[in-house]
Amino acid sequence: MSIRDVAADAYREAAPALVASMLGGLFAGAVLSGMRAELRAVPGLLVVVPAILATRGNVYGSLGARLATGLHQGLIRAEFEADTRLVAAASAAMANGLLASGFAAVLAFAVLDLLARDVAGLGVLVAVALIAGLLSGLVLTVAVVGVVFVAFRRGYNPDAIVGPVVTTTGDVFGLACLVVAVRAVLGVM
Amino acid sequence: MPEEWTVESITRAMLPVLLGLTAVEIGSGLVLGTFETTLYRYHSLLVLVPVTIGTAGNLGSILASRLSTSFHLGTLSFSPRDDDLAGNALAIVTLALTIFPLVGAGAWAAAGLTGSTALSLLDVVAVSFASGAALAALAVFVAVTATYAAYRLSLDPDDVVIPVVTNVCDVLGVVVLFAVVQLLV
Repeated sequence: MSIRDVAADAYREAAPALVASMLGGLFAGAVLSGMRAELRAVPGLLVVVPAILATRGNVYGSLGARLATGLHQGLIRAEFEADTRLVAAASAAMANGLLASGFAAVLAFAVLDLLARDVAGLGVLVAVALIAGLLSGLVLTVAVVGVVFVAFRRGYNPDAIVGPVVTTTGDVFGLACLVVAVRAVLGVM
Repeated sequence: MPEEWTVESITRAMLPVLLGLTAVEIGSGLVLGTFETTLYRYHSLLVLVPVTIGTAGNLGSILASRLSTSFHLGTLSFSPRDDDLAGNALAIVTLALTIFPLVGAGAWAAAGLTGSTALSLLDVVAVSFASGAALAALAVFVAVTATYAAYRLSLDPDDVVIPVVTNVCDVLGVVVLFAVVQLLV
């Protein structure tokens, strides 16, 4: 194939998923822009935002890839049941997501404190990150397991679908859960 | 070899890389923090943040995953005249140049819905387009370099390259957006 053919093929294959994830990203941006009050109320929260969004993609993207591989290999079945392997994979995703969220909050606090920049209390940042991680983790686990299983049963390749689904739901719910977490924590403190 | 599906073995494989990538993302958060005031003033720029990060990461990972497939099929050579390499790189640049103006227009419209018109449509599209053009070049460079490094180190590009490229492009997305905003706004 010539360079032109390769480029045209790659463009056609990638454009739909890229546009879908752009729409999700714009929606996430609208949520981020709408939470300026929460971002101002918790100084340092904006610094944690990219890490929180990336963690959702990294952890639940990997869960999706693992489930897709497991289905192809016959290790798990596309049934909504309390299968040992399925529960282990979902629990590992949740545990790792929470560890990474907590780590992001601690690291952001440490660096901002070191640079003498304005930052909320360590407890507030960690509590917000963990509550947001828990809420978005529940939503994403349901979304990923649901999409992968339904796609597989209908004969689609889950590998091709899970990436954009995780990026889009991760961005939107990652930020929406962050708003809920900030309100919950500030309401209690 | 059937891989073990336990919380412990999955965590052992995933956690070190995950924490490393999280630290990289905090770097991008610190860059965001330095232009916080500008972002709060121009809502359309704040809307641009997740979509720019996401699209930059997507462009890098699309290229990395396509190069990785050619690599596994044995059809990839690391020469600028290689059809797979040059064709996929050209597709990434073309995708960026067509998607980012839409991203800018979308961000302007989303900010407009929340009642903010501090920046004109043309300003937001210009910021988005300039960021997209720079990011496309960077995404190509990062994806090709990382795939080449994996090849030299005899690593499977699927395991390492895609997460590294996605997260590095995330960070570059914020850095480029910051630089473009400094220049144009």
